[in-house]
Amino acid sequence: MSTATPTASAHGPDHDHAHSKHLAHHFDTPEQQFRSAKLGMWVFLGTEILMFGGLFCAYSIYRHTHPEVFSFAAESYLSIPLGTLNTVILISSSLTMAWAVRAAQLNQRMLSVVLMVLTLAGAAGFLVVKTIEYSAKWNENVWVGQWNRYNADFNDKNPAKLAPPAQPELSSVAVPLPVPSASLSDANSVTDLSKIKPRDNGPAGLAATPVSGKSTDWDSHPSISATSDLSGNESEEAKKITQRYKGMAASDQWRVATFFSCYFLMTGLHGIHVVVGMGLITWILIRSLKGEFSSEFYTPVDLIGLYWHLVDLIWIFLFPLLYLIH
Amino acid sequence: MNPAPSTPAHQDTGVSHAPDNGEHPPHVVSVSLLFGVYGILLVFTAITVVVSRIDLGNANIWVALFVAVIKGTLVALYFMHLRWDSPFNAIALVAAFFFVALFIGLAMLDTHSYQPIIKPTPMAVTPH
Repeated sequence: MSTATPTASAHGPDHDHAHSKHLAHHFDTPEQQFRSAKLGMWVFLGTEILMFGGLFCAYSIYRHTHPEVFSFAAESYLSIPLGTLNTVILISSSLTMAWAVRAAQLNQRMLSVVLMVLTLAGAAGFLVVKTIEYSAKWNENVWVGQWNRYNADFNDKNPAKLAPPAQPELSSVAVPLPVPSASLSDANSVTDLSKIKPRDNGPAGLAATPVSGKSTDWDSHPSISATSDLSGNESEEAKKITQRYKGMAASDQWRVATFFSCYFLMTGLHGIHVVVGMGLITWILIRSLKGEFSSEFYTPVDLIGLYWHLVDLIWIFLFPLLYLIH
Repeated sequence: MNPAPSTPAHQDTGVSHAPDNGEHPPHVVSVSLLFGVYGILLVFTAITVVVSRIDLGNANIWVALFVAVIKGTLVALYFMHLRWDSPFNAIALVAAFFFVALFIGLAMLDTHSYQPIIKPTPMAVTPH
């Protein structure tokens, strides 16, 4: 504490720069400070890549072992036009962010602010498109975990979805009586439960179960019973999806939900980064409006720009890997 | 333009950046370059979408990855300023990608060699 004061006073007359108010006492020059901050940011971005790397690894393994599942799920449920639109939106917002950094470097404050607002608009647009996509997944019952019709737990956990809402007997049972969900599904799908039974025996029971005709019969798969229950108003496209699903090997049929786990974890983690990025850009936007940045000091703008470009960079890899599977 | 300050600390900053005069060294990317990179990124996006609709067998994934690496490199070099930055920053990025590649590569090698043994067992056919 005693050294801080003499250091600061020693630096005062030595460096009569206007930007000295931004210079922390443990740095010699603003440039050194800027470079240190930037290197720190790059190390952080490296850890971000490593974090996504785990998900990319899981993706690679499942795609390698079940290529049919990935092409079936991606072609049946992901929209290439929406994915392409989001790619264009994100690349555009990367451009406006890079330009905003340039404007900050050149003291063009209002231009920089406008470009940050455009970047924010791009981020919001990306999330709107993503919301449209996620809602479609929810409506098609291919959401995360137990809300995915290809998940073995789907029928157990979603008894209400077993029958179309128009069917009177189920709604009369479901609405007035507070029946526990287990007994409800018991009452409505005894056959399904009896077929699922071996799964409840645990790993030992599994290993003992022979590969019989029953386990390769697609009817025994809970997801397909869910599909056929909804077949009352099944569209032509849904029928095609069911048809293609039936044609897959049983070992692949059981792994369709895994694709959606990869999809939601990867795009979800990326989406969280977009939300965080919006918060960070808003922060530097407000600071810019207050006139805190200039060509002498724009480190936060530069670093948050780097973060935003990384979000773009990761999407550049996610897009072809998830949407463009042939 | 300013007379170089005589502090010893300034000497090492000149190593990686030639026009060092003790000032902040902002490399400013021109607007035309930014838009040029943007245009190339859009063209590559179109290419990757179109090529993915053509059945190239196993080559599809490699074409898609190749295009993605080119696009990522452009973003890193120009939007993220790496082309004009200290090489240390590039090392952080390249090292991260290297270790992810190592991680995935070894995991895939393992998966690839054991998969034929795993497949015929009932575990793969029966529900989890």
